[in-house]
Amino acid sequence: MLKRLRENKSAQGTLLIVPTLIFMIGMLIIPLLLTLVVSFGQRSADGGVIYTFSLNNYIRLLGFTTDCPSGVKTCFTSLYMEILWRSLVLGFNTTALDILLAFPLAYFIARARPKWRDTLMFLVLVPMWTNFVIRVYAWMMILRDQGVINSLLGWLAGLIHVPFKPLDMLYTPGAVLVGMVYEFLPFMILPIYTSLEKIDNSLYEAAADLGASPFRTFLRVTLPLSMPGVVAGTILVFVPVMGTFIVSDLLGGSQVILIGNLIENQFLSARDPAFGSAVSLVLMALTIIVTYFYTRKFGFGGEIVA
Amino acid sequence: MNPYRRSPLIIASTILVFFFLYAPIIVLILFSFNASRISPLFTGIITKFGPYKLVNENVLQSPCGPFHWFCDLTKNTEVLSAARNTLIVAFTATIISTVVGTMAALALQRYNFRLRTFSQISLYIPIVIPEVVMGITILVMFSQLFTYLNTSLHLAGDSQLSLGLWTVILAHISFMIPFVTLVVQARLQGLDKSYEEAAMDLGANEWTTFRRVTFPMILPGVLAGALLAFTLSIDDFVITFFTNGPGSATLPIYVFGLLRRVITPQLNALSTVWILIVLIAVSLTQRFESRQK
Repeated sequence: MLKRLRENKSAQGTLLIVPTLIFMIGMLIIPLLLTLVVSFGQRSADGGVIYTFSLNNYIRLLGFTTDCPSGVKTCFTSLYMEILWRSLVLGFNTTALDILLAFPLAYFIARARPKWRDTLMFLVLVPMWTNFVIRVYAWMMILRDQGVINSLLGWLAGLIHVPFKPLDMLYTPGAVLVGMVYEFLPFMILPIYTSLEKIDNSLYEAAADLGASPFRTFLRVTLPLSMPGVVAGTILVFVPVMGTFIVSDLLGGSQVILIGNLIENQFLSARDPAFGSAVSLVLMALTIIVTYFYTRKFGFGGEIVA
Repeated sequence: MNPYRRSPLIIASTILVFFFLYAPIIVLILFSFNASRISPLFTGIITKFGPYKLVNENVLQSPCGPFHWFCDLTKNTEVLSAARNTLIVAFTATIISTVVGTMAALALQRYNFRLRTFSQISLYIPIVIPEVVMGITILVMFSQLFTYLNTSLHLAGDSQLSLGLWTVILAHISFMIPFVTLVVQARLQGLDKSYEEAAMDLGANEWTTFRRVTFPMILPGVLAGALLAFTLSIDDFVITFFTNGPGSATLPIYVFGLLRRVITPQLNALSTVWILIVLIAVSLTQRFESRQK
């Protein structure tokens, strides 16, 4: 038996992959299929699941509901569509702002003297690896009514003798946007830096020798060659923003409900796992569709991600 | 032309972005030395050493002096238990996922077998789907499984199956395996097969070849994969959030729970310690990487 295994390369390969397959099937594929089955079910009185086959949860997500004023059988609410739309818009805004902030920084580091590059990258990696929840806490301290910004403004107002009313910053959509931009900025800097660092200096020299202005060099050399990094960064930022619920929980209060919050609520407070499952699968489908069309249009920054 | 010359616009925006990255971190650290117990304003640091004295919610003196909140932290049993849980999960899940993930990388890179494409695709799924979806699907599976087993086996009270440290560990292993495999596979790809072929030609069997040739050559990749897995595990919030049960909260879960209720300078002390550990870990990793080059 052992001798046969020794000679059979295919059996050896299978043996090596089996533990991984056990985890991937048991903890990934079966859960996904089960979630699909549950999403066709119904909420039971005690917050469990009754297995049926109905598309009710998906229809409910589209906004059609049977919970209407008297006399009407079905009616429409835009509540869930607004949540989906808000999440998509926030995803786009966060990604766009992160590209805007990450590009000059990545460019600066990529063009710095080699001995400085490691130090500068170190400065990017430290905030990146500091825990996500802790970084949200920092923004709570900065933005709250008696937080850092308001105390600084109050102090300034005191200096010039102007009455000061604290600004409402925490628990607003703006706070959520700032938090998201901050949390995911390093994931945009890294891939853009990687693609910019690969650009050979001689390309810049050639462009300059041929009489291109710095602006033209940027448009015709730097920007096109950095596209793989921008694409990879966009995926690394957009996908997680769509599903994140802590930032909106802690910085948005109840003001900003995103898809992630909707899912979280169904499992923890509303106790409707069937509806929650349907929303999760729609979120997964949305991110896969957006990523697919985006990478098909701009190419996949695979060499950067790996 | 000096290749390192840059426009003032780039320099100015770089400084601004670095300020944006570091202002929150500086705030966290600064307030871990704040004398006031409740005030969101910075009222100065605790300067005196001596027996604990509190006046108007301001700590006047403490046996630990300016490090009062750090000493306070070590007396918080909830924090200690969360820290213990975090380390148990991280170590167990890292060891298992590193072994399993390295095996998978070897299989995918060196062997041909029937489920090859399927395996490779399934390993990409946890990387491309949103974390919250992965957390939810695992929660759905466990809760349905537990409901079924608890009723059909008539389990009651303490013997009932429920979420706990072991479910967190299983979930962590599953999301870490793909990352380990990816890192080790990249290392194997860059490895010249002729060393292994030479060992085999000289009569070494497969196991000896692996032990004496392949493994030493991929070891840096395996260590890098393990380090990545460990970091992801310690840092994870979302998947742990949906798979932890009573008594199995890790540090990020504990901090999140606290933030919804109350904010104390203890939390800043915890953040400062965390940032310090990250600082050391990142500089060690960078040194290790530059030695590899």
